[in-house]
Amino acid sequence: MSGVLAVLEQRDGVLRKVSHEVVTGARRLADASGGAGTVDAVVLAAGPVRGTDALGGFGADKVITLTNGAFGTYAPEGCATAIAARATSGRYDAVVFTASATGKDLAPRVAAKLGVALAQDITDLAVEGGAVIVVHPVYAGKALLKLKLTGTPVVVSLRPNVFTPVQRPRAGAAETVAVEVSAGRVRVKQVKAAEAGALDVGEAPIVISGGRGLKEPANFKVLEALAASFGGRAAVGASRAVVDAGWRPHSAQVGQTGKTVSPTLYIAVGISGAIQHLAGMRTSKVIVAINKDKDAPIFKVADYGIVGDLFEIVPRLTEEIRKLHG
Amino acid sequence: MKIAVCIKRVADSETRVKIGADGKSLDEAGVKFILNPYDEFAVEEALQRKEKAGAGEAVVIALGPPQAQETIRTALAMGADRGVLLQTDEVPADGLETAKVLAAELKDGGYDLILFGKMAIDDYNHQVGPMVAELLGLPCVTTVAHLEIAGDSGTAEREIEGGVEVVEFPLPAVLTIEKGLNEPRYPALKGIMAAKKKPLDVKPVTPGGGCGGGRGGGRVEVVARVPPPERKEGRIVGEGAAAVPELIRLLREEAKVL
Repeated sequence: MSGVLAVLEQRDGVLRKVSHEVVTGARRLADASGGAGTVDAVVLAAGPVRGTDALGGFGADKVITLTNGAFGTYAPEGCATAIAARATSGRYDAVVFTASATGKDLAPRVAAKLGVALAQDITDLAVEGGAVIVVHPVYAGKALLKLKLTGTPVVVSLRPNVFTPVQRPRAGAAETVAVEVSAGRVRVKQVKAAEAGALDVGEAPIVISGGRGLKEPANFKVLEALAASFGGRAAVGASRAVVDAGWRPHSAQVGQTGKTVSPTLYIAVGISGAIQHLAGMRTSKVIVAINKDKDAPIFKVADYGIVGDLFEIVPRLTEEIRKLHG
Repeated sequence: MKIAVCIKRVADSETRVKIGADGKSLDEAGVKFILNPYDEFAVEEALQRKEKAGAGEAVVIALGPPQAQETIRTALAMGADRGVLLQTDEVPADGLETAKVLAAELKDGGYDLILFGKMAIDDYNHQVGPMVAELLGLPCVTTVAHLEIAGDSGTAEREIEGGVEVVEFPLPAVLTIEKGLNEPRYPALKGIMAAKKKPLDVKPVTPGGGCGGGRGGGRVEVVARVPPPERKEGRIVGEGAAAVPELIRLLREEAKVL
């Protein structure tokens, strides 16, 4: 691939960390089929963005900040117009997004503007015989589709936490371009921040999920304590049963009608392991299950299991993790 | 208020996925098909909006095989007024192709709102709604978890990582709906009986052979459909809190994740 455009994300003028994964994925495409292609990383913002200087390390030849007063918050229509224009004028072979809330919203708009195909939320990519081959999990990962994408450019979004950032130093030359676009008709008038430090279940490197075994909503505090013991790296997830019962918000649901997650460590507590839940977490690197029923299906996908009373096991685990981090 | 809801017939989330003999498709033998769960929230929202407005029409539109008529009847039984089946034997893997067929149907419909589920739980494409909006030149908000509409403008909330965006938009608009926006109703017996008599238009369509746009054209082609890699056999570390130190040791020394 001769040229790849990596579309990054910032929040409040700070580059989001998932951007390193996007540049890594874009670099893989640019290097495929022996070509020494270039990666241009682009970020849309109202002004300078902190963190862009690190992108050369992950393989960006150029880091372009497209500035517009409307880009302080997400302006879907203005952003789509600016990226589609850049993708066309730069004659890129591929445009790479992250499959975040913003990326999943933006990529289809850009693909439709360009009149090209899109594969969202992919977990692998390669170039074979000039075509881009991607892996796209379907049925929440119960099957994988291998898709061949043709078109110029090809548009993809990468599932967070899958493309581990790799150091592939390139120049990372910075460029800032003021773009003239209308913000559009859809405007973000406010961003309500979740409680400070709260990680999203879809992006957290460690996810601790609870199910019916927790017995009542208030008992999730034992999982929150365990999450806290990991020092801000863990998020608390939930099974469909407890979300449907109103114990936890839908944003925390892991499974086929919730989020598909791929953390480094997934700890399932009091979750029996319905097929639609297993689908949502089976690509986690390491799975730990804690359940009182030794025959629970969750133990079939868990690397390590402990059978017993979660209300004894989890506090002990919390204590041991605290010791490690203390 | 005239509202369109684009729905999809999908394999039930409890389905054990088996790969078809061609290595590319789903083996449909014994599979139960349902209305895509996210679309239920979209249908419910349309019904509530129409009821609130006191007048209007809720139209459900599906692209799919002849059996998708049953899926449309489910939405009609919930209370939608009429259905349109854009009939094709194969729903394209390419979201933009699907979007083009739907956009052609929606174009002159005079809809105030066009609703989608945020995604279909089978192909996880997550793209048809905003693509339709783009093709029709309409404003679009995706993954709407809270919605207020006053006159010809609306305010929606959508979850982002670590927060919620509050978004304003004018009508007509395309919205994709997140779980939890409302509580979808179950079709009552009366609704099911009434649904049988509601109009359902069947229109044969042929989704194009590729997007055909861009500098080099573009399309998505399914090369293979494979089961996910099996996880290697795990083990029970022990019973009760006494097993915790051994678990910690394994996570540190064997799995190397702590």
